[in-house]
Amino acid sequence: MEHYLSILAKTIFVENMALAFFLGMCSFLAVSRKIETAIGLGGAVIFVLAVTCPINNLIYNLLLREGALTWISADLADVDLEFLTFLTFIGSIAAVVQIVEMGLDKFSPTLYNALGVFLPLIAVNCAILGACLFMVERDYNLAESTVFGIGNGIGWALAVVAMAALREKMRYSNVPEGLRGLGIAFILTGLMAIGFMAFSGIQL
Amino acid sequence: MSKASKTVLDPLFNDNPIALQVLGVCSALAVTTKIETALVMSVAVTLVLIASNASISALRNLIPPSIRIIVQLVIIASLVIIVDQVLKAFVYEVSKQMSVFVGLIITNCIVMGRAEGFAMQNGVKLSMLDGLGNGLGYSVILLVVGAFRELFGSGSLYGLQILKPVTEGGFYQTNGLMVLAPAAFFLIGIFIWVLRTFKTDQVEAE
Repeated sequence: MEHYLSILAKTIFVENMALAFFLGMCSFLAVSRKIETAIGLGGAVIFVLAVTCPINNLIYNLLLREGALTWISADLADVDLEFLTFLTFIGSIAAVVQIVEMGLDKFSPTLYNALGVFLPLIAVNCAILGACLFMVERDYNLAESTVFGIGNGIGWALAVVAMAALREKMRYSNVPEGLRGLGIAFILTGLMAIGFMAFSGIQL
Repeated sequence: MSKASKTVLDPLFNDNPIALQVLGVCSALAVTTKIETALVMSVAVTLVLIASNASISALRNLIPPSIRIIVQLVIIASLVIIVDQVLKAFVYEVSKQMSVFVGLIITNCIVMGRAEGFAMQNGVKLSMLDGLGNGLGYSVILLVVGAFRELFGSGSLYGLQILKPVTEGGFYQTNGLMVLAPAAFFLIGIFIWVLRTFKTDQVEAE
């Protein structure tokens, strides 16, 4: 249990997807103009990460990894499909996003309307693919990767909501002309990243 | 200026993918601690952009609109797999340092953005030029940020020592902030500031 809690805390604070690995930056900068949209996309990212990380973990360990196909037949022991990782991951992410979108539309129209426009965007959000690839690199098992996915989602959502709050306040300050908008957003993100670096001293 | 040269040159400063279109920021920040990785990444992204723009534009009349995103993703992912395998074969050390960021070229929004925004409407030749131009625009920022971070962070440029750090008996106190994540944000922010000071039409209305 403690092990999972430490993965969770580590992914949310110490190794925050957005602020330590710069993943999902494009949508991070694009949706952090308003708090409502930031919360919407943040929620969608948590959801999709929590689903895709375990699925991709299963795909990788049961199909792609060297010798993974032995459960079908012993002859396949030296088949190594690892070079297909990118293609299958991006395919499964796109498929999951599509299924999530249809499922939400049918069973929870309110949530669908809240997240609606953001769901298709998520397929190309690098935070999702990045988390899946990190999961492979660190050799997590199924339970660990689920926790890893949820933690990364929460961390990313936390960063984007905090950023949106900061940018809403920025409206009242007098920013030099050339820095307005995107420029100051980058500098703010940098300062936030410094803030989050304070967590890196924590040993877990 | 003819349309072809405009397509190549515009993305460098007038319509830069990172500074103005806000595309492909993630990888721009992560691989710029050293010029070497920044250079490999720039070349990789430029090649993928040219090839993906060319193939998507060649297929543009055959792709059904409803599944175009998946088709684009599959084309891009296949190209990135080729790049990844080539990098692993020829510059293994660098590809290890770049870890997951080679794979993340797939979700680099520049590639998707140009495929969706340009290659789906234009011919093969023009799309390739557009890919080249945007690749170069991306490379300019990567190399500038990489040069600053390597020079001030470790006192060297492309592995050659320029400022000898104190730890090796020299005079230069290395700036530890430069090799950390936040420096990349500050440098890109400042780059945008400088760019917009000269190109005032890019200033955003608040």
